[in-house]
Amino acid sequence: MKLTTALSALALLVAAPTAFAADVPEGTVLSENQTYTFWLLDAIKSMDPQINTDVEGSDILRNLFEGLYNEDAKGDIVPGVALSHDLSEDGMTYTFHLRPEAVWSDGKPVTAGDFVYAWQRLADPATASEYAWYMELMQVVNASKITAGELPPSDLGVKAIDDHTLEVTIETPLPYFPQMLVHGSTFPVRQDVIEKFGADWTKPENMIGNGAYTLTEHILGERVEMDKSDTYWDADKTVMTHLTALTINDVNQGLTRYLAGELDRVDIPAGQYPRLKKEYPDEATSLPYSCSYIYMMNMSEKGPEALKDVRVRKALSYAMNRDIVVDNILQGGQHPSYNWTHWATAGFEMPEIDYAGWTQEERNEKARELLAEAGYGPENPLDLTLNYNTSEDHKKIAIAAQQFFKPFGVNLTLNNMEWKVHTDKMQNQDFDLARYAWCGDYNEASTYLDLFTSYSGHNNGHFFNDEYDALMKESKTAEDPQPLYTQAEQILASEMPIIPIYHYAQVDMISSDIKGLPTENVMQTWYGKDLYRIAE
Amino acid sequence: MVIDSQKMKSLAEATSREDVAGRSLWADARRRFFSNKAAMFGLVLLVFVTLFALFGNYIAQWSNEEIDFSVMGMVAEQGGPSIANGHYFGTDDLGRDLFARTVQGTQISLAVGIIGSAIAVVVGTIYGATAGYFGGRLDNFMMRAVDILLAIPYMFVLILLLVMYGRSITMLFVGVGLISWLEMSRIVRGQTLTLKGREYIEAARAIGVPAPVIIRRHILPNLIGVVTVFATLLVPNMILTESFISFLGLGVQEPMTSLGALISEGSGTISYGTLWQLAFPLLFFVLTLFGFFFVGDGLRDALDPKDR
Amino acid sequence: MIVYILKRLAIAIPTLLLLIIFSFLLMHAAPGGPFTQERELPAQVLANLNAKYGLDQPLWKQIASYIWGIVAHFDFGPSFVYKDRTVNEIIAQGFPVTLTYGGVSFVVAVVAGVTLGAVAAVKHNTIIDYFAVGVSIGAQVLPNFVMAPILVIVFTLILGWLPGGGWRFSDPSYWIMPVIALSTSYMASIARIMRSSMLEVLNSNHIRTARAKGLPGHRVIWRHALKPALLPVISYLGPAFVAMITGSVIVDIYFSTGGIGKAFVDSALNRDYAVMMGVTILVGALTILFNLVVDIIYGWIDPKIRY
Repeated sequence: MKLTTALSALALLVAAPTAFAADVPEGTVLSENQTYTFWLLDAIKSMDPQINTDVEGSDILRNLFEGLYNEDAKGDIVPGVALSHDLSEDGMTYTFHLRPEAVWSDGKPVTAGDFVYAWQRLADPATASEYAWYMELMQVVNASKITAGELPPSDLGVKAIDDHTLEVTIETPLPYFPQMLVHGSTFPVRQDVIEKFGADWTKPENMIGNGAYTLTEHILGERVEMDKSDTYWDADKTVMTHLTALTINDVNQGLTRYLAGELDRVDIPAGQYPRLKKEYPDEATSLPYSCSYIYMMNMSEKGPEALKDVRVRKALSYAMNRDIVVDNILQGGQHPSYNWTHWATAGFEMPEIDYAGWTQEERNEKARELLAEAGYGPENPLDLTLNYNTSEDHKKIAIAAQQFFKPFGVNLTLNNMEWKVHTDKMQNQDFDLARYAWCGDYNEASTYLDLFTSYSGHNNGHFFNDEYDALMKESKTAEDPQPLYTQAEQILASEMPIIPIYHYAQVDMISSDIKGLPTENVMQTWYGKDLYRIAE
Repeated sequence: MVIDSQKMKSLAEATSREDVAGRSLWADARRRFFSNKAAMFGLVLLVFVTLFALFGNYIAQWSNEEIDFSVMGMVAEQGGPSIANGHYFGTDDLGRDLFARTVQGTQISLAVGIIGSAIAVVVGTIYGATAGYFGGRLDNFMMRAVDILLAIPYMFVLILLLVMYGRSITMLFVGVGLISWLEMSRIVRGQTLTLKGREYIEAARAIGVPAPVIIRRHILPNLIGVVTVFATLLVPNMILTESFISFLGLGVQEPMTSLGALISEGSGTISYGTLWQLAFPLLFFVLTLFGFFFVGDGLRDALDPKDR
Repeated sequence: MIVYILKRLAIAIPTLLLLIIFSFLLMHAAPGGPFTQERELPAQVLANLNAKYGLDQPLWKQIASYIWGIVAHFDFGPSFVYKDRTVNEIIAQGFPVTLTYGGVSFVVAVVAGVTLGAVAAVKHNTIIDYFAVGVSIGAQVLPNFVMAPILVIVFTLILGWLPGGGWRFSDPSYWIMPVIALSTSYMASIARIMRSSMLEVLNSNHIRTARAKGLPGHRVIWRHALKPALLPVISYLGPAFVAMITGSVIVDIYFSTGGIGKAFVDSALNRDYAVMMGVTILVGALTILFNLVVDIIYGWIDPKIRY
């Protein structure tokens, strides 16, 4: 997103600061029962904003705490605790003006100092947060040195000018900085509470939050209960009075319980969307979701010789029949992908990628040629392994890939392992092909593209390309980075270090009487305060 | 499923009695076994399942890993059992032929059951016979070790092994095999102790026959009955264990499968209109277990008749 | 008797020690650690985490301090993954749940199994006997991961009688499906054992004598047959109980009960060393304790056994 548009969008919002919270159209008859029950696949690992690392944990945290900005149903940022901000000429100092009426659940005002404490805490090595790198990603001054223990946390580039003015200095201009503030790890926390209770501060009886809901019960791996908070600044407009999250480890079981009326929202298992859409047209939904699914190829020294040949990499990518994966396996409105960045990412212009436009026959033809050139074919087969972590969907796609490659003389041995082993092997370049997926941290293409720079910590296939690095560096300060992103994607398409497979969709069953969930937000960020249940 | 340890003890006593030992015991047992209807029924089941596992592939029109792309994505509508398209048992969720997969799954389940139980029996017998024969401190130590090992929650250890060191068939064989040798070793030890006191063994020892020879010649033959029965009854236990492991997603690697894995997949999709995915693997699973079960019980009753 | 119990308890200590050391080494030798994640952590953050959880110490020191923590403070340490909980808290939350549905299942399995087996034996070769045998054989081979989804579809989706999952101590309707799923196959095993041992006892000389004396049938059964027939059932209870705790994994996954079975599998997958150790030790200790209790009951019923 361009700097100018970001600012003008904010200016608009400041002019009309009441256009959010549950936006109930006039004449709507609300149900008496304003409770919302949603599904969690797993136990919530932590309710501490600076410790949490999971998407599911973030869904809970957004209701218990509130950061500087929130997202609306379209994924645009709207004021949260911050009403607005000013940006210095050089684009590196942000001054946030905090909402004076925002208070904690014990009635004390939310101050700039609470943010300073939280942000320092995230970077502080003593906290040992697995998300400490997020402060670095935000380019906050001294963040990396603090995390490395070279500077004290107090040197972080964030300070409270007064109770309601927060100043942040960053190391380079970052056009998408405000978007990043929606993330849970930047939420404020109370120093006095944390110091008093230690790790126990997230227990329902101890927790003090500033969100629209308060935590009333958390049984690990079973349920989370949240009540509407009366102290929340926009409590008058919050309609939903109670939120419940139920952990159900088995997706099929989750669906059965949804159909029995125990849940208002649940994920649809792969392959079931078409049937459910037919039977429950008002409930089955599929919306783009900012994650991208690929097979990473190992180009490092430890990798197989064949994969160092761009012809082989291209051939494999061409031979992957994405339409079958999307239409016959997943069947949930996912998009087949020929590039890395999710197609619906804000501001991202899809690059022109040649093979995306070909038919599968053309791709197969080309793949056969390229493999032949590289010296492989049914007479001289190429043996590779494909690693994937345990999951019904990954398994199905891997089996299909094995079948796609077989006619080309590429024998894929499937290697299913546990998540931790899989990750460990990837990080040690101990693989040929490996399943990989990345979900955007924020709604901007760099969250994807930064990953394949040579200095990225996640470039497990060791794709090193100077031109690519230069483009990504340039994009950080460019006035309009989008053309650079497009060029970067084209390098990926011509070097093919990965086999893009599909772009995610969030495929859900949602009770037809629940309204206010985001419909155009590719991050799928939702807030309980925006929801309401209509009378049926 | 359970092996009744008391009955095993009584069986061990029966088969090593001096008065019945020898040819007549086996002849009698054979007669009793073949006149036992349940056992014969079990035997028929086992023969059927084994033939299915060995020769099913010759009837199958698809391999266990080929995807039928004409069915894939419409499995609920078109993937049902059909003679016309060669999917006698229908297809799995991906459009792979369930008949071929059931054949292959039966092979793996039988292999895990038989090899796992063989490992348990071999280890248990050698261990128990050694402890019982040498007696004294060694016996004491070995049996204390068994006591200690019996208190270890094995399934947990097996899960740990499979989770942490990746899955392989070998690990599965060894893992399930090592769970069950302890009980076997106890029974064998007790029996060896009894046998050791017999005159002919004392005589052999007196003339200097070395211990391994005595064990092999005189002790082990007397244990054959109890070992066979135990092994037969252990097989269904192993198969059940494997199915639990498969349910946790820790079983064999794709495209291989086992009955447990197929059942687990089928039970996940139970309400999506593809019931055959559960029904056929479950049928063969149940037939296999029944078979071993009835044959094992029949063998035991044949060798240890209560009406004696 | 007391000497015997003390002896058994004395074995428990090396057993647990062995279990601790074995699982500890197994776990640490496995690829990946609790902080291995998709986004490789910056070296400094990883170092901070390792320092915080003591993983930077040599292995023997970690084991020693872990064992010392348990012995001295009954402290199993903090969870590496559920960072705002300690292992003690996780077990304190999950174990009562597992123990409740496990205990109820156990009682149901024993009572129903013994009754079914005894009735079948008494009505030997009648339709009741065949029915009981059929049920018990069928139930033994039906895996509970097949039964669980069927139960939910029937009782929650179709009939709407029972909640499809979750756990409330205050509301036994949450207990019913976990108990059915967990107890059925053990009930069947017990019924089978009970039936065959009861048949044996009924054919034995002392029962024949009792009947010959003209004692009424039900009194013979109650006074003379039941007790000896129970012996093999009792020796089966130890292994059955342990298998039930292990089987709770499936119950936890399907019914979202939040018990320790799922906690254990998760901890192994997440490399949550502390929780994994905690649950393993707990189950190990329970196994020892339960086997001991079973042996004592066995000795109490069977006067032939001397300690």
